[in-house]
Amino acid sequence: MRAIKLELDQDRCKGCELCTEACPREVLAMGSQIHALGYRAAVAIAPERCTGCRACALVCPEVVFTIYKTA
Amino acid sequence: MKRIAGMPESMSAVVTHYCPGCSHGVLHRIIAELIDELDLRGRTVGVASVGCSVLAYNYFETDFVQAPHGRAPAVATGVKRARPNLFVFTYQGDGDMAAIGTAEIIHAAARGERITAIMYNNSIYGMTGGQMSPTTLMGAVTATTPYGRSEENGRPYRMAELLAQMPGTAYVARTHVADVANIVKTKQAVRKAFEAQIRGLGFSMVEVLGNCPTNWGMTPAESNRYVLTEMLSYFPVGEFKDVTKEALAGVHA
Repeated sequence: MRAIKLELDQDRCKGCELCTEACPREVLAMGSQIHALGYRAAVAIAPERCTGCRACALVCPEVVFTIYKTA
Repeated sequence: MKRIAGMPESMSAVVTHYCPGCSHGVLHRIIAELIDELDLRGRTVGVASVGCSVLAYNYFETDFVQAPHGRAPAVATGVKRARPNLFVFTYQGDGDMAAIGTAEIIHAAARGERITAIMYNNSIYGMTGGQMSPTTLMGAVTATTPYGRSEENGRPYRMAELLAQMPGTAYVARTHVADVANIVKTKQAVRKAFEAQIRGLGFSMVEVLGNCPTNWGMTPAESNRYVLTEMLSYFPVGEFKDVTKEALAGVHA
């Protein structure tokens, strides 16, 4: 079983919601907290469902996502 | 654990000035990843345009020059001719390359300067408030075409096809960054363009279709759908010139 670690740098997030649309496993959703830039950041609501497909990281214009995978 | 996605070393870890959902950030990341992967960081000089990407020098951890409006290919020509061992690319929008800088880009391509031009085509002047650009689609409502672009404004023209017929070009392609698969394809195209320069084959250019959610008056997801439907129906994606394979096989290009 491969282990995936999904990290979100939420201070960079501008709340464009492209990642929540791109994620095929509904791992991501928009949070309710408004951060320092004035946006609602994406949150990982179900990180255990993440397969490390990188779709969120590819569509994200702000490089919010860092993903680690065991080889 | 192995890192499979994240901030490239060649990209500055600052928050960009781009609007939420703007594809400029995606294209910046693609370029920064390739500079890392091709190990070019120590000898790269980028040339920024005027437009939304005018502040691109804040977002790359490489040397950068900021050129007068449209003159990025001319500045890049000077840098490359003075220091031929450097890797030189321009980052321009459609207003910068297809309107104000038409003379510079066409002659840089015709001369076959060993530089790479990256064009971010979102069919509008973003930074100045959403005016019509030469690539604005017919019927599109902008600040300067409030009733939609009509025949009196002329028709949009296709920069990649125009440059593909120039004798000095080695690689010319058009891609888009509106969905996951094509973001991967864009990276492949930009990699080929960079490699064409590294191998000294000539001028290379990639036109990347992207969105402008703010000035199009759409959500980021809607604006990407506009790219996938309206823009793709007028601007077909593909490779319009590619001499890299012939050059590899030793055939005279």
